[in-house]
Amino acid sequence: MAAHNVKHALFCAVVTLVVAYPILGLNLVAQGTRVGLEGADASTIIIIFLASVAVFAFQLYRDTIMASLSKAPRLNPLAGREPMPQARRVKLESWVLTGIIVLALFWPFFVSRGSVDLATLVLIYVMLALGLNVVVGLAGLLDLGYVAFYAVGAYTFALLSQYMGISFWMALPLGALFAALFGLVLGFPVLRLRGDYLAIVTLGFGEIIRILLNNWTAVTGGPNGIGGIPEPTLFGMEFGRRVKEEGNTSFHDTFGIAYSGEHKVIFLYLIALVLAVITALVIRRLMRMPVGRAWEALREDEIAARSLGLSRTAVKLSAFTIGAFFAGFAGTVFASKQGFISPESFVFLESAIILAIVVLGGMGSQLGVILAAIAVTILPELAREFSDYRMLVFGAAMVLMMVWRPQGLMPMRRTHIELKRQE
Amino acid sequence: MLDVQNLSMRFGGLLAVDQVSLDIQEHEIVSVIGPNGAGKTTVFNCLSGFYKPTGGKILFEGREVQGKPDYKISRLGMVRTFQHVRLFNQMSVVENLLVAQHRHLNTNLLAGLIKTPNYREREKKSLDRAAYWLDRVGLLELANRDAGNLAYGQQRRLEIARCMVTEPKLLMLDEPAAGLNPAETKELNQLIVSLKEDYNVSVLLIEHDMSLVMDISDRITVINQGRPLASGTPSEVRQNDDVIKAYLGEA
Ligand SMILES: Nc1ncnc2c1ncn2[C@@H]1O[C@H](COP(=O)(O)OP(=O)(O)O)[C@@H](O)[C@H]1O
Ligand SMILES: [Mg+2]
Repeated sequence: MAAHNVKHALFCAVVTLVVAYPILGLNLVAQGTRVGLEGADASTIIIIFLASVAVFAFQLYRDTIMASLSKAPRLNPLAGREPMPQARRVKLESWVLTGIIVLALFWPFFVSRGSVDLATLVLIYVMLALGLNVVVGLAGLLDLGYVAFYAVGAYTFALLSQYMGISFWMALPLGALFAALFGLVLGFPVLRLRGDYLAIVTLGFGEIIRILLNNWTAVTGGPNGIGGIPEPTLFGMEFGRRVKEEGNTSFHDTFGIAYSGEHKVIFLYLIALVLAVITALVIRRLMRMPVGRAWEALREDEIAARSLGLSRTAVKLSAFTIGAFFAGFAGTVFASKQGFISPESFVFLESAIILAIVVLGGMGSQLGVILAAIAVTILPELAREFSDYRMLVFGAAMVLMMVWRPQGLMPMRRTHIELKRQE
Repeated sequence: MLDVQNLSMRFGGLLAVDQVSLDIQEHEIVSVIGPNGAGKTTVFNCLSGFYKPTGGKILFEGREVQGKPDYKISRLGMVRTFQHVRLFNQMSVVENLLVAQHRHLNTNLLAGLIKTPNYREREKKSLDRAAYWLDRVGLLELANRDAGNLAYGQQRRLEIARCMVTEPKLLMLDEPAAGLNPAETKELNQLIVSLKEDYNVSVLLIEHDMSLVMDISDRITVINQGRPLASGTPSEVRQNDDVIKAYLGEA
C-alpha cells in the first residue's frame, strides 16, 4: 500500500469528521425564548467517529474494493449467450407487454383503493419516462428540466378549467399541444447547445417555469396553487356523489349501483393506463419511422448525418417537442388525479426522478423504463420507515448501477427495419 | 457544374488552403492530389460546408454556396464521404441507406403513425432503392447486419452506396482507396467509373497516391502545402516539372 494512499485516506477521514460533526452533532434547541446550541451526545459522537473510521478503511483499500466490485458477476443473465434474433425478441417483448397490460386492466378490481391510487401515479411516471426517453435515450439530448413541460400540461388544464370551465377530455389534447408548443419554442434557441451546456440551460428553464408559477400570483395563485380541477367524466357521467356540472348525470345513478369512491379511482387509473399504453405504442411506431431513424443517426454520428442532408436542429427539435407533448399529457392526468396543483409538485427533484427512471431502465428501452418506473415509485412507498433516507438509497442505487450495469436494466435494442429477400 | 475560385482557409496562423481554384464539368472525374497535409481534406470540408472558407467563392450550378450549412449543400446534390469512414455503426446496413434518403421520405408524423398510402409507397421505394444499391456494391447479403460489423473494404463501399441513394449530382470521395488492397482498389476504380458512366454523376476525388487516379481521372489538380501546384490532364500533370519535384522531393 502506497504512502499516498494512507495520506489520502487520512484526509478523507478528517473531512468526514469535520463535515459530519456540525451537521449531525450540533443541535439547535429552544432555551426559553432564545435558541441555543447544544453539543452532540455520546452516541452520536461514536457514530460519527465510526463513520470516519469506515471512510478511512474504504479509502485505504479503495482500489482493491473497486476492482473486486467490477469483477463481481454481472447482473446480465444473457451474457455470453448469442443475442436473440430480432424477430424472436420483438415477439417476446410484445407478449410480455401484452401480458402486463392485461394484468394491469383487471388488477385494480381486486386491490385496495390506496394501491390503485399509487398505481395511477406509477402510470403517470411511466408516461413521463417514456416521453423523456425519446429526448434522452433516443435523441441523446440531456434534458434536466423536463418537469417544466409536465407543469405546463398540468397548469394548462388547471387554468383552462378555472377560467373557462373546460373539461378533462378537452384539456387533454390542449395540455399536450401547449406543452409541445413550449418545447418547440424553448428548444429552438437551446438545441444549438451541446451536452453539458444543454443540460444546464434546460435545468434553468425548469426552474424558471416553477418560479414563474410561484410568483405570478394573479393568474396561477402562486404557492397556493389551483384547486377544484374537475375529474374526468365518462360520456357525461360524473363520478362524484353529487353531479356538479349542469347536464351531466352521475355514474352510480345511471347504473343503479351504490355510490362508491372507488369507482372514481379505478376510472382514473384506467384512463392513465390507456394513455400510457397509447404513449408506448406511439413512441414504438415513431422509432421505426424516418424520424426515429434520424434520431439514432444523429446520435451516432452527427457529422455523417448532416453530410447526408439531415438538419440537426429540425431532427433534435422534433424529439424535444414530442417529449414535451407526452409530458403535457401526463401533466393533465396528474392535475385531474390530484384535483389541486401547486408549483411544489414540479420541483427539480421530479426531473431527477424521471431521468433516473430512464437511466435505470436502460436508455431507449420501453420495457426497462416501465419496470424502472414501477420500482422507483413503489419501493419508497413500501419502505416508508426509511423515507428519510430515500434520496440516500436512490443515490447509492445509481452508483451501484453505474458500476454494474451502466447500460441500464434492459438496454435498448431498437428494432431495425429488415430487408426481406425478394424472389 | 462546380466552380471554385481562389478558395482560402486559414486556421489561426496556418493558411491550410491558399487560393485554390478548381472546376468540374458534368460527366467528369476530377482528382485533387497532393502529399499528406497538403490541405486536400480541408478543401473538401469547405466545399461540403463543414468549414466556412475564409476567402474565395464556390459556385455550384451557378449558385454561390460558400458558407452555407452542410446539410443544405448536401441537399443541393453535393454529397461526400470521409477519409475515415463514418457509418452509423449500430444501425443495420440497410438502415444506413434509409437514413440517407430521409428527405425523400414522407416525414410527416401523422402520415407515419397511421401509415397513409403515400407513406407506405415512399417507404417501399426507399427500401427498393437501398436494395438496388446494396446489390450494386455487393453488400445485399449483408443488408441486415450492423454496419459496424462489416469488414473495412465493405464499409468503404457502403459509404459510397449511402451517398448514391441520396441521388447526388456531384460525389466527393476523400481518399476512398485508403486501406484497401490492390484488388479492392481496382474494383473501386471500376465502380467510380461506372458511377460516372451509368448514373451520370460527376466525381471529385481526393487521393494522395497519384498512381491510383491516373487511369480514371479526366483532369487532375495537384496541391502542395495548401497552394495549387499544377492542373491539367493526367499526362500533362505527370510531365509537370513542379509536380515531379514535389513528389520526388517527398519520396
Ligand atoms: N480544424 C483545423 N484546425 C487547425 N488546423 C487544421 C484543421 N484542419 C486541418 N488543419 C491543418 O491543415 C493542414 C491540411 O490538412 P488536411 O486538409 O487534412 O490535409 P490532407 O487531407 O491533404 O492530408 C494540416 O496542416 C492540418 O494540420
Ligand atoms: Mg486528408
